[in-house]
Amino acid sequence: MLSDQDRIFTNLYGFHDWRLEGALKRGVWDNTKALLARDQDGIIDEMKASGLRGRGGAGFPTGLKWSFMPKDPDADGRPNYLVVNADEGEPGTCKDREIMRHEPHRLIEGCLLAAYAMRAHAAYIYIRGEFIQERHHLEAAIAEAYEAGLIGKDSCGSGWAFDCYVHHGAGAYICGEETALIESLEGKKGMPRLKPPFPANSGLYGCPSTVNNVESIAVTGEILRRGGTWFAGLGRPNNTGTKIFGISGHVNKPCVVEEEMGVDLRELIETHCGGVRGGWDNLLAVIPGGSSVPCVPAEQCESLKMDFDGLLEVKSGLGTAAVIVMDKSTDIVRAIARLSAFYEHESCGQCTPCREGTGWMNRVMQRMATGSAHKHEIDMLLDVTKQVEGHTICALGDAAAWPIQGLVRHFRHVIEERIDEYTSNPADAPVAAE
Amino acid sequence: MSVRRLHTEQPDSFAFTAENLTWAEGQIRKYPQGRKSSAVIPLLWRAQEQHGWLTEPAIRTVAEMLDMAPIRVLEVATFYTMYNLKPVGKHYVQVCGNISCMLRGSDELMQACEREIGPRDTINEDLDMSWTEVECAGACTNAPVVAIGDDYIEDLTGEKLAEIIGKIARGEAVKPGPQNGRHSSEPEGGATSLLNEEAIFEAWKAFSPKMPNEKAAEPELLADKHEELELIADAHDEPELLEDDHVEPVLLAEAPEGGADNLKLIKGVGPKLEGILHELGVYTFAQVAEWTPENVAWVDGRLKFKGRIARDGWIDQCKLLASGQETEFSKRTKKGDA
Repeated sequence: MLSDQDRIFTNLYGFHDWRLEGALKRGVWDNTKALLARDQDGIIDEMKASGLRGRGGAGFPTGLKWSFMPKDPDADGRPNYLVVNADEGEPGTCKDREIMRHEPHRLIEGCLLAAYAMRAHAAYIYIRGEFIQERHHLEAAIAEAYEAGLIGKDSCGSGWAFDCYVHHGAGAYICGEETALIESLEGKKGMPRLKPPFPANSGLYGCPSTVNNVESIAVTGEILRRGGTWFAGLGRPNNTGTKIFGISGHVNKPCVVEEEMGVDLRELIETHCGGVRGGWDNLLAVIPGGSSVPCVPAEQCESLKMDFDGLLEVKSGLGTAAVIVMDKSTDIVRAIARLSAFYEHESCGQCTPCREGTGWMNRVMQRMATGSAHKHEIDMLLDVTKQVEGHTICALGDAAAWPIQGLVRHFRHVIEERIDEYTSNPADAPVAAE
Repeated sequence: MSVRRLHTEQPDSFAFTAENLTWAEGQIRKYPQGRKSSAVIPLLWRAQEQHGWLTEPAIRTVAEMLDMAPIRVLEVATFYTMYNLKPVGKHYVQVCGNISCMLRGSDELMQACEREIGPRDTINEDLDMSWTEVECAGACTNAPVVAIGDDYIEDLTGEKLAEIIGKIARGEAVKPGPQNGRHSSEPEGGATSLLNEEAIFEAWKAFSPKMPNEKAAEPELLADKHEELELIADAHDEPELLEDDHVEPVLLAEAPEGGADNLKLIKGVGPKLEGILHELGVYTFAQVAEWTPENVAWVDGRLKFKGRIARDGWIDQCKLLASGQETEFSKRTKKGDA
């Protein structure tokens, strides 16, 4: 288990004061001026050395992403922007919420440091519309930071001008995709843009921009204070550092907890969540990284390493490290069908394979959930997921396809049994007329 | 995607209150000049908060305030699902029905809503209340959860939600957050981590950042730069050394006993240049450190990158390296990220 000394988010649960006064007692904003005295490329190098990979799901190396930003933003008159993706909406995921309501200053300090490293003088934090209390905390914390001179014209007395703004959405999952988020921030529908150009060349308002997840930004301060080598020393190569996990579903005590990357799934569940409901043997499957990644059946959950590479080995992914646990009482077909309904609802409608495909997949999945289907439709469904996957501008199409692929891969027999049961039990069939 | 249309019955007009107008001006200022339309989502949201639901006149008002075509604002209003395009109850219960909540009993919550309030998306006039199902609220470890107004009510059961609906109907206050006694998202019954107060309030002091060494050494660096500039200036003033004045430095026939130094630790030297240096007979930092301007001219004449020795300050770097010290670059190279 990760020792408390190595935990970054010391107020994860909000047991202590989240305001500036409390944050200072926990070491946030501790001599940030000295960090801002380091040269910008040095900070980026330190982030590279830490091995930090983006915490929003895709796992792209953060330091490398920062290094794509133009080094001389004044050259063509376009400023650099930092955009923080706080549009947390991946089903199962609720980690950034804890940072925003309980550790807002760690996020704001991270914004300042990241913006400085990327030669940006402004950051926009895009928070989902539903997080109203979280937004109020963030806004209050930003006001405190301005008041104390920590951000503003002369941030922390470093001479670096930095403004931080909170912007909110209004209920669209797709805005968590970075280019859709930028569109939304510009006041449009959240429809993803084609890449290239990548945001680092042409992002917000056509200016170089970097979009980072809340957690990636919020760990920056501690990485720079303790050194990239400290962070890189946790976890294993290519999968370094600490990570906030959110374990929901059928465990005795669902919770959010910061743990070391690569922690064993069983250890994670038994140490922090009081075990699987009804005991470990009652486990049916887990969805290890939020709704978009394929499920992993119980037999593969023994000694499962919770990191990027560990989960790739079982054809799933770490995603946002939102672990959804399902015990044997779960109707897994219905559970995945619920996700299909979600993706249909959230498809932005821009690309035909996704707009039509998510609806089609959902309708078939709803029938599979009751058993009102033919067995040959299982292969047809699988075939359609392949036609959607990889044929859309953004990854929502993939995200809609993968849970179904995972279901068919591991639980085909359950779908077939359901169909058999339905066809052999005509009493359940709808009566045409009486 | 969901198809959303404006309500069939619309009021005649909409106007922001004076207070909201001032607030809106503040919002518009958050964005760069000429980017007013960025404020469309917050303004529409405020209009909805003021009126209870989002009306067509409100959409037109916002369009005018932001110099946007009304159709662009309508697009936004119909795209984002938090905008209520038809009236909802004063108390609007939004039940999360996504996977984590479903696994922990959101069906039960929706049944409770149906029992206590009525059919989904229909206003119960007596209670001035309505309810709907929403997608993931993002409070999955506190499932099942509902949002009422600005607050999340978490860790619910059907029974508890029915009680809460009753309280709201009677005008009593409801405590937001978890309803099962826990503080936030820690494991029920007590946290399993962050129990060590020393780690929370003291440990960080050991990592307090100092102004970096470069900062202390900066005057020196600047001085170096000055010298360098002077050197360049000197070079300009003095006629360039003639070919005859190039003097061969001390060269070795082969790597010395104990092995050659890793010349790649010198900023400006890559594997290719190191090869050329080896061919010439340069193997150690100590050799480079001893070079005179005449030696530099001799070596420069044999490299494909003229002027690099002075530009990257090889001699100063090698003086440090030869004495066993490190340069910023060598440190980074050893860490493997240069």
